[in-house]
Amino acid sequence: MTRRDPRSPEQAGDVLATMWTIRRFEEGVEELFSYDLLHGTMHLSIGQEAVAEGVCGALADGDIITSTHRGHGHALAHGADPELMFAELLMKDTGYCRGRGGSMHIADVKNGNLGANGIAAGSMTIASGAALTQVMRATGKIVTCFFGDGAANEGSFHEAINLATVWDLPVLFVCENNQYGMSMSHDKATAGGSVAGRAAAYGIPGVEVDGNDVAEVHDATADLAERARDGAGPAILEAVTYRYRGHSESDRDLYRPQEEIEEWRSSNDPLTRYETWLKESGTLSDEAIESAREQAKDVIRLAVQGALTAPDVNTGDLEGAAYA
Amino acid sequence: MPEPTTYAEAVNAALRLLLSEDDRVFLAGQDIGVYGGAFGVTDGLVGEFGEDRVRDTPISEDAIAGLAVGAAMTGMRPIVEIQFSDFVVNAMDAIVNQAAKLHFMYGGRVEVPMVIRAPGGGGTGAAAQHSQSLEAWFAHVPGLKVVMPATVQDAHDLLLASVLDPNPVIHLEHKLLYSTEGPFEPRTKIADTPAQIGEAAILREGSDLTIAAYSIMAIRALEAAGVLSDFGIEAEVIDMRTVKPLDMATVRSSVKRTGRLLVAHEAPAPVGVGAEIVAGVVESDALDYLLAPVRRVCGMDVPMPYARDLERNVIPQTESVVEAARELMKS
Repeated sequence: MTRRDPRSPEQAGDVLATMWTIRRFEEGVEELFSYDLLHGTMHLSIGQEAVAEGVCGALADGDIITSTHRGHGHALAHGADPELMFAELLMKDTGYCRGRGGSMHIADVKNGNLGANGIAAGSMTIASGAALTQVMRATGKIVTCFFGDGAANEGSFHEAINLATVWDLPVLFVCENNQYGMSMSHDKATAGGSVAGRAAAYGIPGVEVDGNDVAEVHDATADLAERARDGAGPAILEAVTYRYRGHSESDRDLYRPQEEIEEWRSSNDPLTRYETWLKESGTLSDEAIESAREQAKDVIRLAVQGALTAPDVNTGDLEGAAYA
Repeated sequence: MPEPTTYAEAVNAALRLLLSEDDRVFLAGQDIGVYGGAFGVTDGLVGEFGEDRVRDTPISEDAIAGLAVGAAMTGMRPIVEIQFSDFVVNAMDAIVNQAAKLHFMYGGRVEVPMVIRAPGGGGTGAAAQHSQSLEAWFAHVPGLKVVMPATVQDAHDLLLASVLDPNPVIHLEHKLLYSTEGPFEPRTKIADTPAQIGEAAILREGSDLTIAAYSIMAIRALEAAGVLSDFGIEAEVIDMRTVKPLDMATVRSSVKRTGRLLVAHEAPAPVGVGAEIVAGVVESDALDYLLAPVRRVCGMDVPMPYARDLERNVIPQTESVVEAARELMKS
């Protein structure tokens, strides 16, 4: 996917369509789940669309990302084919991981998505290693590592950022702070309160942005990505956002008040905010906004249709498959 | 340049060849640069290849293993060193949940060709946190290969084979082997290595019993076979060389000829590689050829103690193998 600026009249339609594609994808997952067509649980990113799109839309062609268990949005914003993602969830042989990974492990390595990772902070040291390749091969590419607020309290967080810093590796560590690590609130779990603030200990930039403002996320990413690309080393970007759904499908939301969720949805929704700004600033017409919404709907409808008719996984393929 | 003659020098020569021939190869680990590694295995390499390709890392085992995964996925051939195999515990997520899984979990669409070298084993007076033999942990994880060379030549050849392999390979080198000397022919090209991961070697032929061992216990088994010969017992000694995958065909075929099986490793017996070797025999038609119950000679099931006499008591020695073999011949 190429760079797309949320403030550009030419590119705003793509930005909005991608954000709607993420939301419609997640809603499609919920629907398929309710029909019992999926296996296992799903971690949905509804409410966090501006982070995935704001970050990935600020990267250059060929840049690499690593993702998390809540990774559908990252994959889509980085250019993954929603049909192959649905195929993975629907246990089809055409899925990104041929049914071996599922929702939590969608990867599109040849297009620079090194994969969603089921281990909190599990991809952080991998991101540093992938960034080392970019330096040793002088590719001019950078690696963006998505991680959650919960992962910031893992040991790997420290080891990965420390290593990337002492080696000046081109990694942008993006903390998608949706305020809860499963049920544990960020405030209760995180000493010092700020993930971006921890950057000071490494002597690197730490920037906190409103993660529901796609333009703000885009701009901060673009700055820090350019810095990394120029050889100045890593940075931490903390995008404060909120997940509307539970941690996974089994979450009863006992740890947060319903009013809190309602408050975020009604007054801070990333799609509503972006559409309001697009209208008020005259960047996009009502028709163009409607067209972006329709485009997302069509993409998801066709993706689900295509995935549903794909061949099922092949159970005869497993012997020896652990090894290349 | 003198011809390498020790195990450590043979590993060093393999690393030099790998760095010279394949520009995707780089080394990373604690104190592997100017210091030369805790056991001198990487001596001189940073001077020859520079700090870009022979990288001293912070004391961050998780990051060392994780960076290898990320670099391997993106086209490099990292060879990283965990200074003592005990410290690998701090890197287990990167090894078990990441390196071992990604090829399979991502639908076979990515390879993770990386090597982790780690000195293991006891006998150095370093006590419980610097002396373990953890191979069974790794052998239990689908997606990993585990190599444990015993001879100087294999230390060289198998490392080359491990880098040629498209999978994550754990290379466990016994610390006491580093200074051992043996016949050695350095390879001039990586692909010249005759070693195959998953192929055992018969170090000594014999008709009375089969001793299957690996790493330093293969050397002790060979010494034991010499002693046993004086007692009129001819032992066949098999060096497994890799514990994942295990070359059970060689063991079964030997047991069918000798009718007796003794397995030796330094790690404690419970749920160890020896149990897997025994199971691989008794699950096959080789069971029908057994003339006596199988025996295991393994480390005592305690953490490694410090004092010399205590340590020696915990680790199986040549005499332990001799004694067990003589008893096995009586049954």
